[in-house]
Amino acid sequence: MVEDYANPYALQMVNVDKYFGAVCALKNINFEVGSNEIIGLIGDNGAGKSTIVKILTGVFPPTGGELYIAGRKVNFNRYNVQKAHSYGIETVYQDKSLGEKQVLWRNFFIGREITGPFGFINVKKEKEIASEIMVNTIGFRGKGITVDSKVSKLSGGERQGVAIGRAMHFKAELILLDEPTVALSLKEVRKVLDFVHRIKEGGKACIYISHDIQDVYEISDRFVIIDRGEIVASILKEDITRKDLDNFLLEYAHGMKDRIEE
Amino acid sequence: MKQQKSVLAILGRIEGLPVLGVLVIMFVAFIFTAPTVFTRPLIYMSFMQTVPPVLVLGLGLTLVITAGEIDLSFPAIVALSGFVFAYIFKNVDAAWAPWAGFGLALVAGALVGYLNGLLIARVGVPSIMATLASQFFWYGITILLAGGLQLNLREVEDTVVHTVFTGRIFGVVPAQAIWGLALTVFLWFVLNRHKFGEALMFIGDNPNVAQVMGINVEATRIKLFTVMGAIAAFAGLLLTIEINVFFPTQGQGFLLPVMAAVFIGGTLISGGLGSVVGTLWGAYIIGSLQAGVVATGVTSYWVQSVMGFIMAAAVALNVVIGEGNLSGLSEILGRWTRSSQIAAQERASDMNDTALE
Repeated sequence: MVEDYANPYALQMVNVDKYFGAVCALKNINFEVGSNEIIGLIGDNGAGKSTIVKILTGVFPPTGGELYIAGRKVNFNRYNVQKAHSYGIETVYQDKSLGEKQVLWRNFFIGREITGPFGFINVKKEKEIASEIMVNTIGFRGKGITVDSKVSKLSGGERQGVAIGRAMHFKAELILLDEPTVALSLKEVRKVLDFVHRIKEGGKACIYISHDIQDVYEISDRFVIIDRGEIVASILKEDITRKDLDNFLLEYAHGMKDRIEE
Repeated sequence: MKQQKSVLAILGRIEGLPVLGVLVIMFVAFIFTAPTVFTRPLIYMSFMQTVPPVLVLGLGLTLVITAGEIDLSFPAIVALSGFVFAYIFKNVDAAWAPWAGFGLALVAGALVGYLNGLLIARVGVPSIMATLASQFFWYGITILLAGGLQLNLREVEDTVVHTVFTGRIFGVVPAQAIWGLALTVFLWFVLNRHKFGEALMFIGDNPNVAQVMGINVEATRIKLFTVMGAIAAFAGLLLTIEINVFFPTQGQGFLLPVMAAVFIGGTLISGGLGSVVGTLWGAYIIGSLQAGVVATGVTSYWVQSVMGFIMAAAVALNVVIGEGNLSGLSEILGRWTRSSQIAAQERASDMNDTALE
């Protein structure tokens, strides 16, 4: 299924299973992400969303199945967080993406510093590039915020913006957003969604993970709904209205309740 | 008004400025209260002899605390490194013996630090516990090896090592003061301009963030404690070579003053940010405090209370006009000077935002 010509998929998961002992966390997952597609991956707590994230970012391998990144098959024996970075997969976590007491320019380059002789940091260059990312890549509009500001001065939405901008700068082909809007006010959620638009405009792919369609509906091209370790639906946005998707998810939740009660 | 704002903003960015202020005020006070002592150079020379070991230890500890860890074992390393140097100096009859002793003492310190690092980063023992145990263990070993005896090293005075590290430059300035300053500059660059220092700040801030951003947290912690061990050994050597004697309990009594110097300097107890320059001034405050207070002639009953008061004042001043707050002050001043019209507009837009929420 892998051809030599330019692959239209940023990522493909084929028949992926994950068992923890006898417990099945993921069953026969088949899904793909187009090279400039925004996927809204929706599922309740414990549905298997974070298991998928951990497999994709190299935290642990699946029990069975295959993973292709930009058409190249991943060897799970040699796959880890650093490898995922080098393949162009970057993750933006809800709360562990930035060092809070540190200034922004350090946060952009932490772990990937621009260094001169003996490992000393080229501060001038890092600040220049960081400032360029803030203005051009993520279109930062925060009042009075510069590369010398500390992260603790930023709002929750702005922090996610910095993490997204960083991921885009480091040539991410696929950005995983792991519940980036949990505990944010509506105004801040708005900011994060604007940053996600930038990913689309930049020609990159994104998996936006959420347990709530409120924020994913607008920015997603396609919704993938996962329930108890299985993908139960994959719906293009043009095929479903916000209201129908709401109802679909609601019915699903009710259906699940019925099943539990049986 | 605008001028005032920018001046405050610039002052707020100068590292360690509030602590330097405290140091200056303290010395001005001493000059007035004990003029016979503090208007003559002798006391300053004596501080430049006694403060460097505290400073050197404080610099190392600044890195450790920045990374969110603590090291209580350095007093024992001060003793162990002194012993290694003294033993080789006494037992090897060669021109290079002092240099070999110096080098091996540094290696011994680094080794103790490396073992601390393994215990903390690999085994997972909390650093306060690991280094406390390490302090007991290495003091014990040192006393055992030295047979509980002190070693006289009067002949050290005739060696090049003595001249290089604790000689008097132009017959006046103690060389160890220059070494202390040089180490301050070097470690400032390590902490603020090197990727190792940046890794320390992020680990102290949040080790999970450091990990997911690709920093090898375990290796960095081991390296940190190894460096701390070598630095502590260097402090021990400065002490031993200056006083020309090794005694197996040397280093005891350094623990709390060194920690005080670091915290007075403005390094965060919670980790994530450290001030090397602050530690420089903090060490000189701590190192000159007792002598200064005694010289003022207050009765000895008062000495400790006065010392405690000055320490508390120094830390409080740092918190009140520290970096963030001083620039915060300039922001407030800036807001006052802006026209009330703009302020009103902002209030209106803020209200709109709230309404949207």
